[in-house]
Amino acid sequence: MLVETKIRTVDHSITSVGCVMDSVNPESKNKLSLTTLNKNRWADLIWKVETQKDVSAFEELFTHFAPRVKAFLMKSGADPQMSEECSQEVMATVWRKAHLFDPSRASASTWIFTIARNKKIDAIRKQNRPEPEQLFSEEDYEPDQESTIELQQETERLATALGELPEKQRVLVEKAYLGELSHSEIAEITGLPLGTIKSRIRLALEKLRHAMM
Amino acid sequence: MIKHDIKHHLSKELLLAYSAGQLEEGFSLAIATHISMCDQCRAELESMDAMGGAIFENLEPDEIDSDSFLKTLALIDQDVEKKTMKVMKKELPEPLADYVGCDLADIDWRPIGMGVKQKILVNSEKVSARLLYIPAGTAVPEHSHKGRELTLVLKGAFKDEIDHFGPGDIELADGHTHHTPVASDDEDCICLAVTDAPLKFNNIIHKIAQPFLKI
Repeated sequence: MLVETKIRTVDHSITSVGCVMDSVNPESKNKLSLTTLNKNRWADLIWKVETQKDVSAFEELFTHFAPRVKAFLMKSGADPQMSEECSQEVMATVWRKAHLFDPSRASASTWIFTIARNKKIDAIRKQNRPEPEQLFSEEDYEPDQESTIELQQETERLATALGELPEKQRVLVEKAYLGELSHSEIAEITGLPLGTIKSRIRLALEKLRHAMM
Repeated sequence: MIKHDIKHHLSKELLLAYSAGQLEEGFSLAIATHISMCDQCRAELESMDAMGGAIFENLEPDEIDSDSFLKTLALIDQDVEKKTMKVMKKELPEPLADYVGCDLADIDWRPIGMGVKQKILVNSEKVSARLLYIPAGTAVPEHSHKGRELTLVLKGAFKDEIDHFGPGDIELADGHTHHTPVASDDEDCICLAVTDAPLKFNNIIHKIAQPFLKI
């Protein structure tokens, strides 16, 4: 219970800090934009699903993400009915695996994307996809708040940087993730703007390893 | 998994293909196993997943059925079949242990000559994945590849014409590589080898035996 209170307090402070910074210095590099707050909102909703089995929090997640999961599966070559059924299964997995979501290493979009991608391989390509070992399984691990905020901001910067890639590269990356590129074509993708987010994730992993010891 | 002093990592190209969900099962097995042992490549992979997440977030949403949410709630209420895992010693990273299914001591190895043994784990049309057991000081019979071969060291070490490879290290060889891995003298070596075309042994006897060995 102590932990829940801690997180709530910090979350509220994020909101207020963000508003103050937005009004004081809109150009500030550290300001939390509306997008970051939204992303934090998704993470907060997943946390509510995990800890409180909160159906209305889940419905909010569902309303935003289910139509995107369906679009992702349709673009990956599944027919509408299969896409519909698979997106329901993906969202059910979000509920069941909420305890495995680590907001210091992934945004809600990223995490749900990985579930949808695995569903695609399983349902459309009819293949098993071996997954790396989970680093934690129970609620005994509490992600570091500072790392979480930084990761969410970094995710936002990554989205911007993606948009600024040369057209040809950007299209290639999108095609790779939507399943339209072969493995050998993927080798043509270079110069991805991943340096900073990678170091953030690396730091979060180190903190996690430390917490597990 | 314990931390290893890993020198040989996954290529960006393989990680990106894995993140995008474009790899065959056998290769995915080697990637997932290496990442379970290597936080550097895990961070690289998760940053690529973040890119996938950004692309996913920007997709034009599709219309979902009106009863979609209720159906999803009904799915949640169903019992999920729990994976029943045999209780095993923690000798191998989880993704690999799932495929091996028993302790290292209980594996039904098949001899492939020179004291080297194998256990095939994945054998699809395009890709095969196997464990190789190479006794200390022994060489794997000389071979070359039509396609790629990934070799991940799990226990012990080997060296070949390229370098020395210890636990967690992964070697990527292409179709032109002729290499002869030799296990180090002090310990038997166990590694995971994945190939996307049949291995080609250069010795005539091995050529004859190849169809039977499934190598």
